[in-house]
Amino acid sequence: MSTALLELEGVHTHIGAYHILHGVDLEVPRGQLTVLLGRNGAGKTTTLRTIMGLWRASRGRVVFDGTDIAAHATPDVAQRGIAYVPENMGIFSDLTVEENMTLAARGARNAGEIDRARLEWIFGLFPAMKKFWLHPAGLLSGGQKQMLAVARAITEPRKLLLVDEPTKGLAPAIIQNMIAAFRELKSTDTTILLVEQNFNFARQLGDSVAVMDNGRIVHSGAMAELASDESLQQRLLGLSLAAHQ
Amino acid sequence: MTARATAASAPTPDALPKVRADLLPLLLVPALALLALPLVGSLPTWVTLTVAGLAMGLIIFIIASGLTLVFGLMDILNFGHGVFIALGAFLATTVLGGMADWTASQNVFANLVAIFAAMVVAMAAAGAVGMAFERVIIRPVYGQHLKQILITMGGMIVGEELIKAIWGPQSIPLPLPAALRGSVLIGDAAIEKYRIVAVVVGLAIFALIFWVLNRTKVGLLIRAGVQDREMVEALGYRIRRLFVGVFVAGSALAGIGGVLWGLFQQNVIPQIGAQVNILIFIVIIIGGLGSAGGSFVGALLVGLLANYTGFLAPKVALFSNILLMVLVLLWRPQGLYPVAKR
Amino acid sequence: MLRGFLSNDLPRSRVLTAALVVIVLGLAFAPFLFPGARSLNVAAKILVFIVLVASYDLLLGYTGIVSFAHTMFFGIGAYGVAIALTRLGPTWSAIAAGVVGGLAVSLVLSLVIGLFSLRVRAIFYAMITLAVAAAFQTLASQLSDLTGGEDGLTFKVPEVLSPGFSLMEEPFLGASLDGKFLSYYLLFVVAVVLFLVMLRVVNSPFGRVLQAIRENDFRAEALGYRTVIYRTLSNVLGAGFATLAGAMLAVWLRYNGPDTSLSFEIMLDILLMVVIGGMGTMYGAIVGATVFILTQSYLQDLMKLASDGMAVLPVAGGFLSALLSPDRWLLWLGVLFVLSVYYFPTGIVGKLRTRALGGTRRP
Repeated sequence: MSTALLELEGVHTHIGAYHILHGVDLEVPRGQLTVLLGRNGAGKTTTLRTIMGLWRASRGRVVFDGTDIAAHATPDVAQRGIAYVPENMGIFSDLTVEENMTLAARGARNAGEIDRARLEWIFGLFPAMKKFWLHPAGLLSGGQKQMLAVARAITEPRKLLLVDEPTKGLAPAIIQNMIAAFRELKSTDTTILLVEQNFNFARQLGDSVAVMDNGRIVHSGAMAELASDESLQQRLLGLSLAAHQ
Repeated sequence: MTARATAASAPTPDALPKVRADLLPLLLVPALALLALPLVGSLPTWVTLTVAGLAMGLIIFIIASGLTLVFGLMDILNFGHGVFIALGAFLATTVLGGMADWTASQNVFANLVAIFAAMVVAMAAAGAVGMAFERVIIRPVYGQHLKQILITMGGMIVGEELIKAIWGPQSIPLPLPAALRGSVLIGDAAIEKYRIVAVVVGLAIFALIFWVLNRTKVGLLIRAGVQDREMVEALGYRIRRLFVGVFVAGSALAGIGGVLWGLFQQNVIPQIGAQVNILIFIVIIIGGLGSAGGSFVGALLVGLLANYTGFLAPKVALFSNILLMVLVLLWRPQGLYPVAKR
Repeated sequence: MLRGFLSNDLPRSRVLTAALVVIVLGLAFAPFLFPGARSLNVAAKILVFIVLVASYDLLLGYTGIVSFAHTMFFGIGAYGVAIALTRLGPTWSAIAAGVVGGLAVSLVLSLVIGLFSLRVRAIFYAMITLAVAAAFQTLASQLSDLTGGEDGLTFKVPEVLSPGFSLMEEPFLGASLDGKFLSYYLLFVVAVVLFLVMLRVVNSPFGRVLQAIRENDFRAEALGYRTVIYRTLSNVLGAGFATLAGAMLAVWLRYNGPDTSLSFEIMLDILLMVVIGGMGTMYGAIVGATVFILTQSYLQDLMKLASDGMAVLPVAGGFLSALLSPDRWLLWLGVLFVLSVYYFPTGIVGKLRTRALGGTRRP
């Protein structure tokens, strides 16, 4: 039984005529937070969407907890215990915060059936959720929407969280809030695959790191290793990421 | 429908400002009614017209709600929706014709039973045809708008011809059951009895739709799916199964609407589907494609307008609806309650 | 030289070429080949619809716009001529006035509709045109002073074209050389000219941009083409040619009413013709119109035979008989239409062309 909860083996993805992923090999260790780094267009979002079944891999295996889910439909993938926080957050803006969360709780027929303790814990991480509980999600600020997106993903315990650039466009104070939230999440033994461009954010949370370029993984290893090696950062990501504070 | 503050079971937080739903479009309905009052002149006539307008509007809403939700959820515009209306209307002639004892009786209850029976039959038949329609006509062209328009039109042609083959090409009278003919007098206003029945039935169905959409998980899924189908799947729901369900429900509702509409006109012609289609399209454009609440307001406005202009200036009836559509689009280009789509 | 005549848009399939030659020759010599009022009527109708359907193909097949208001412009052309001939008397100048008037109205209307509605999504546009066409039809039957209302307008045409007129006493090669004969050839010449003009339009740089827009709206815009302008122009052109087709119809029938040119049934007929014939091919209009109208006129006789035959069968006989009743020919054409959209979306012409490519040479 490997320590990897999720393994991608030689995954290729085509979107129409475009060949985006050229044989991705990735291991996401159980119980850790793995960061997927790389510049724009490297294929990070495509990787997440392929795992989620939103785009079909044309070749390769996507092994989750021992089963190849590459050909599975998105609802099946989700039901196996994978939660997805997309880049555009995927908030239902006409629905209230409450309704958004109710949807995320597959077992609940209405808001009252959501696990009360869990909900209080989420409110602790993201107080704005409690404050705007009955508001249409579309009225929330950008940062609050992002929090809702994450809150939704953790409404029920999931085995794996796929998170796509949660700090994009957020103010530093909100980012701090996010960091604290993710730290707590990690303590609950959830496996997380995080796509990020903000290296500072990534560095504080990541246990493992994988770097992507042109649809391939060009480096993988421990975060500590990359964080301490500036020349390696330079080589992989183009410029010193210490500058990205 | 736009989000409403929900009830008891939520962990209600400390006093926060209640969210005000967007009521402005809803206010258009009484506004139009009041605007018509001085034009009509006499209060009793106005009352008659208004009740008639609301009744018509509710029937149109019943038919339109399915179509707009199907579009919002599945991105499919079914130009053949009229087939279900026509089917309902023609089935009504058969059922009510077969229940002559019930319809001839002066007992209101018996009459209502007959109408109810017609509605049930229409609902079942239209739903069944809807299921076949979705499978055979619609499913193969998911995502291809041009083909959808063409093929659903084709489906309507075939459906209309089949109806003509079964019931004959001529118009069939659909008289109201005995006890529902004529009007009751409320003060000086004569209100047709059938209109009252239509209003009651219409409101009941509206309440049902409202309840399902706003108080059940399924309704929640529909409202979320209208906005972002992909995300709903990513949350673990097999929404495609829901599609068929919504389509069938929409067709069934159109069938019921056909029964009511046929009784309204007291005459059923094979082109009935195509005729009502135009009104439905105007309604869902006004309301905003994908919004059941929008089609409710739109339907009431269209119903009222049709009756007021029918009285004041019959020649411009259809034009007035188009004018209304243009005015609404100038105010809100996406309709009264646009659905924020991904 | 022939290539230039056809604006370099050749049939590209032997079978298609053969079919087109047969059709064109058949139409050219119809009064001689198929004498009799009925067949001449059918031939004239085919001519009118070739122009009308080709104009719709310009919109649908080449620009990708679905409009249900096309019959409105057809009707404007027909009513323009009808009203002019009724009011101004049976003269050639009256016809001219009617045509010009009709074109002017169509121009304005198509511009307005185009500019207002083409900014919205295709689905919106389709629905709006549906509503506008319905409203227009109601208007036509209500303005009875002008349009003759439900009964329509019956009028006389210039003497040369009227049935009473006789060029020669004796029939010539089987055809009587009367006003109808001359009317027919007037229609024929006009139809040929208009068709070739449309062929030229779709094969011009303008036409290429239209096709680019049909394929990929965004890219065309990114390449610098103001798509709204092109689409509006296409709308106006399509409307214009439809108006001319309407004028042709009015001159031939010497009658026009709301059902003759404005009915929704005609709109559906056009749709069937363009899809079955082949969208985006122009030649599809010729093939589609011919197939459809011949079927409409003659299949019904066949169906009557079948229907009567079925009626004697037990149990389902009644229903089968009703299905095959000649009045239900539209049912079968509707089925053919649905099947066409699935299985041969490129229509008969497209199918023939792909077969030609696969069969005779490697593409």
